[in-house]
Amino acid sequence: MSLDELYGEIILDHYKNPRNAGEMEDPSIKSQGFNQSCGDDITIFVRVDENGRISGIRFSGHGCAISQSSASMMTERMRGKTLEEAEEFISRMRKMLTGGGDFSELGEYDELSALRGVTKFPMRVKCASLAWTTLETGIEEFRGEGRANRT
Amino acid sequence: MLDPHRIRTDFPILSREVNGKPLVYLDSTATTQKPTAVLEAMRKYYERSNANVHRGAYTLAQEATEAYEETRSKVARFIHAPSDSGVIFTRNTTEAINLVAQAWGRANLHAGDEIILTEMEHHSNLIPWQMVARERGAVLKFLHVMDDGTLDVGEVDTLLSDRTKLVGLVHVSNVLGTINPVKEIAKRAHAAGARILVDGAQSVPHMPVDVKDIDCDFFAFSGHKMLGPTGIGVLYGKPKILDAMPPFLGGGEMIREVQLDWSTYNDIPWKFEAGTPNIGGAIGLGAAIDYLDAVGMGEVRAHEERITAKALAALRDIEGLEVFGPEVRGGVVSFAMRGAHPHDIATILDQDGVEIRAGHHCAQPLMRRLNVVATARASFYIYNTESEIEVLVESLKKVKEVFARVS
Repeated sequence: MSLDELYGEIILDHYKNPRNAGEMEDPSIKSQGFNQSCGDDITIFVRVDENGRISGIRFSGHGCAISQSSASMMTERMRGKTLEEAEEFISRMRKMLTGGGDFSELGEYDELSALRGVTKFPMRVKCASLAWTTLETGIEEFRGEGRANRT
Repeated sequence: MLDPHRIRTDFPILSREVNGKPLVYLDSTATTQKPTAVLEAMRKYYERSNANVHRGAYTLAQEATEAYEETRSKVARFIHAPSDSGVIFTRNTTEAINLVAQAWGRANLHAGDEIILTEMEHHSNLIPWQMVARERGAVLKFLHVMDDGTLDVGEVDTLLSDRTKLVGLVHVSNVLGTINPVKEIAKRAHAAGARILVDGAQSVPHMPVDVKDIDCDFFAFSGHKMLGPTGIGVLYGKPKILDAMPPFLGGGEMIREVQLDWSTYNDIPWKFEAGTPNIGGAIGLGAAIDYLDAVGMGEVRAHEERITAKALAALRDIEGLEVFGPEVRGGVVSFAMRGAHPHDIATILDQDGVEIRAGHHCAQPLMRRLNVVATARASFYIYNTESEIEVLVESLKKVKEVFARVS
């Protein structure tokens, strides 16, 4: 098991130069997630347009290289998706990270394949999943509130 | 002088490999490894004498009871408690402190009463007081941690008032290694009419401790941090105070006479040991105390001072690495590395077989005080060698290399 598999250049690049880092004014979705075992703390901000698409997404907080780079890559991937598409993708990611799916279906050149190494470090899967599950919770809450508003 | 290489032969786990490298176990602050003598004592009990204690008239019950109560005497001797009756077996330090917070706290705390704690407490000496303070309307006050990681003893006097009912503090910090002047603080607390509880989870395993000399009212520690098994801990309390306290948990063993609608309670310490206790765990703890006695607690402390001094010097030589805490300390070194999160450090070190802890160490308020979200922590015990410090340092250099690859 090589450290390069976990800390590859893509991971380190996103860790040191995070995309879409920072808070957002008046987001449609704001969701905070914690990783109790290591103290990671992340907040995802999403702007949902009138068509139910993610038109803006940012993240703030602090954490290890794995959780931060995963969050950075996630924000790039989620922009432009409908909430349904986002949820579907999140569940695919979860399967891949927990070993129930194959990263190769993403295609060889997909940046997210850089997270493949995490599957060999069970203690770190939670770090890689944090941003995704936090967004998922945020989408669920957004839907719940939407329903509440309609009644 | 303690020879860690000789000691290592008593610990089977230390000969295993991790990720193809010899295990370098540097997390004894979390839990220590166990010598064969402890494992054998527990095995012998379960294979030859297993029975419930204080219940049967038969031979096995007598042997089990004697072994269990003998450990109580060993504990009392080990911490210089004046009598066995002040030694209560609990699950761990956390349960011991909860026992005091619930049994003593609920009977003695009233609205407006004050409890003084410190900013460097482990959550186990913070949350139990938050819980009982909320219930009783009591107020928590905190001694600050100074920039060098120590307490300002003089601040105790400014916080103590005629409403202060208890001062609770950690003997040795599990993050900074700070050795707090508990004897001096006990004196001031008593002068103000307050009780004092000392969390000794990181002191009893690592240095000679004398609860009579400290003159603390309560003292808590865990067996698994001193070569014993998990699931056994100790609360020492001054017998007079324990006697006056209501029970903690109700059930078997802690009673004298039971009617359908009322009961009278057993004498201390059994009044606080409801239900079948962890007999095997207590016997394991007894064997751990025998082991530490044979090594000598003065020797244990001297060895840790040597190892810690070497570690401090070596870590401070690494550029971009910051060490937290004072010069004089227990065998604990918390640090941060520029550009590398503690969790990543721990994963990279693990690839070299070096096991350290990363995170908030159950001390979130202290992390906030240090202005960090987490630290990496290496901690040492009797089986750690100077060459293991060299492995740690080499592995930390690798962390820097990994994170330097991309700018």
